[in-house]
Amino acid sequence: MANRLKDTDVVIVGLGAAGGVAALPLAQAGIEVVGLEAGTWLTRKDFAPDELRNNVRGWPQSVQKANQEIPTSRPNASSPSAPRGTVHPMQNSVGGTTLHYWGQSWRLNPWDFKVVSETTRRYGASRIPKGSTVEDWPFDYDELEAYYDKVEYGVGVSGQAGNVDGRIDPRGNPFEAPRRRGYPMPPLRWTEFIEKMAGSAKSLGFHPFPGPAAVNSRSYQNRSPCMYHGFCNRGGCHVDAKNSTMVTTIPRAQATGRLKVVTRAHVTTIEVDANGQVAGVNYLTDGVEYFQPAKVVLVAGYTYENVRLLLLSKSKAFPNGLSNNHGQVGRHYFSHNMLAGVSALFPSNTSSWYGLPAQGVAVDDWADDNFDHSGLDFIGGGNLWVYSDRRPIGAAGMSTFGRAPAWGSAWKAFIKENADRSNTAYIQKTTLPYEDNYIDLDPVVKDPLGFPVCRVTAEFKENERRVSLFTQGKMEQWYREAGAVAIQRAPVGGAMGISTHAYGGTRMGDNPATNVVDRWGLSHEAPNLGVLGASTMGTSGAHNPTLTVQALAWRTAEHLAKNWNRISNRRS
Amino acid sequence: MARAFQASGAPEALESLSAHEMEVLDAIVGRLIPTDANGPGAVEAGAARYIDRALAGALSPTREAYRSGLAALDRYAQSSRGKTFKELSPTDQDSVLIDVETGAATGFTGSSAAFFAMVLNHTHQGTFGDPYYGGNRDFAGWDLIGYPGVRTMVSPTDQRTLEAHQLKSNHKSAYDYGTFTKSSARLSADAGGDRQA
Repeated sequence: MANRLKDTDVVIVGLGAAGGVAALPLAQAGIEVVGLEAGTWLTRKDFAPDELRNNVRGWPQSVQKANQEIPTSRPNASSPSAPRGTVHPMQNSVGGTTLHYWGQSWRLNPWDFKVVSETTRRYGASRIPKGSTVEDWPFDYDELEAYYDKVEYGVGVSGQAGNVDGRIDPRGNPFEAPRRRGYPMPPLRWTEFIEKMAGSAKSLGFHPFPGPAAVNSRSYQNRSPCMYHGFCNRGGCHVDAKNSTMVTTIPRAQATGRLKVVTRAHVTTIEVDANGQVAGVNYLTDGVEYFQPAKVVLVAGYTYENVRLLLLSKSKAFPNGLSNNHGQVGRHYFSHNMLAGVSALFPSNTSSWYGLPAQGVAVDDWADDNFDHSGLDFIGGGNLWVYSDRRPIGAAGMSTFGRAPAWGSAWKAFIKENADRSNTAYIQKTTLPYEDNYIDLDPVVKDPLGFPVCRVTAEFKENERRVSLFTQGKMEQWYREAGAVAIQRAPVGGAMGISTHAYGGTRMGDNPATNVVDRWGLSHEAPNLGVLGASTMGTSGAHNPTLTVQALAWRTAEHLAKNWNRISNRRS
Repeated sequence: MARAFQASGAPEALESLSAHEMEVLDAIVGRLIPTDANGPGAVEAGAARYIDRALAGALSPTREAYRSGLAALDRYAQSSRGKTFKELSPTDQDSVLIDVETGAATGFTGSSAAFFAMVLNHTHQGTFGDPYYGGNRDFAGWDLIGYPGVRTMVSPTDQRTLEAHQLKSNHKSAYDYGTFTKSSARLSADAGGDRQA
């Protein structure tokens, strides 16, 4: 028998990007919260500037729960599963992957909320790709704007506004939706190379601007500004300048006295009572089983963890997994196409040894529906992102652009001259959900506890390939304008594999037949269960997910607090 | 090449490889990143020593691949070129390595190309990784590619100095800064983390 713990109001499963944010408005509203985190606390001492450890061997994320349940993947149902990786890039720790993520903190574009209706209005319904299950979000950008603002100021985001209340500022992104005010901090500094790239973008008539980052460009909330030391990518911040939830919302929630953080709590199942209401969660610490009863459960792990936990939580009321009586858990899955970048070789050094991947120049001219697609054969687009990030082992592994072999004296001469002369752009592209892309439980592979891992069945479709080819062309044009002497395009990709930008599986929408959670992030089938994270998002847009995930988490938590008596008043 | 390796410091006990395996490996890394007009290479950097140490820790799952791969490479050198790998001229060593790289070499368990890719990858780690792990001796790898060393703070002036090609290497490892926990010490119990922690 599990050890039954004292009742609480809300239990949050996972204190990462989403759960770490949601805890704050709940605790501030007087609600008692228990935050169960599979990982541990980490401190600045743990964040050594060590490429071998952080980037090659995958510490500290290699040692945690997520790493023991890496999903299997296959492109489609008739293909065998690909070999599983050994290091999952997502991390279990207080603060989760916000400890070592890039920190890019983008708002979505209004189009991303209304892909179906806007595409139909502008180009006709036939332009929605065949087989896509995309729906409009149940609300629009304006509804989320207030929460974007709360997160930008609550955790701290540096950036340059491009549209404050409809007033366009050419220093920022002219395509961004109106925001109520600018960012709380100016953008991160630029290097000479980034300045050069911005100049070249302008020469082409593009609209370059600094990207938004959850990294301090100056002292914020009594924490240090960024030191630009070059180990931000997959590394935690040694001066707490990266605004993970570990150093922002979680300590503030703890300071209310109403957030209890429980580390090394590996949640296995969610309990459901005889009335079909959620009763609490079971977790393991050092092999000992505990039951944490709660009036409301918020599932706030990564997309794979959220889907898996629901599918593993079977009960009389939910024989196919919690909140899955419509068979929607695991459906509408997709991930950003993180392949299909473009690399360039320049004739002189780019001086990129010290920097961070959130420090750079963006172009949104070809993102979302910011350009006319009438004569094109796809919808959506990509954000072009050129950034400053290089470390020695990674540099040694650079492409030789066909100019040298991979080893020997000729390679050594090449790398000596060119180690600091390449740049690889990241192009964040629209991906849509399709009826045959999904997550379920693997029939064979299990974690060390004996529970099945997720199986991802997903591939990029024609629309995604066309977006990739189109945006690669724009990126190549930009690099050439800046003087690149060689260009290499990465393959546009078929199988999705597993991803750090995984979406869907517990999609949010008004229709319970096609969505797991409602417009507030609460389950259609078990209303005292909420789901936080990108697993609720029905579209990806052309920008990184974290800020939207955090804005949605804040909104769900605030809704829960405002309607606490109704939602928490269980029938049992 | 092996003489240069030994000459640069007192002989150290091997942790994973046999003396013969180490000789073969050192000869291989010496061709992957040779000592030449562009300065020291993987031998001076101690890439083979890095691999030997790592095979007792983080790279231990590849220990068997090294044992069988190094033996297969030496056998292939003997059967195709008439000498052990170490005895061949640099030109013949390179031709053997090309066969291994392209998968043309026979006698390997699995693909010789996979063995080659693994060794090249680990040679990069041992030449360009933090010296804390036993490679990149005297910062030979970082000096080769112009990496100016681990810093915990890079001011706007430092960045401009770098852009002017004037930023000198500080020759510092991450763990020359006393503020950091060595490797994955705190989590190694459940990690299979780095043994050296």
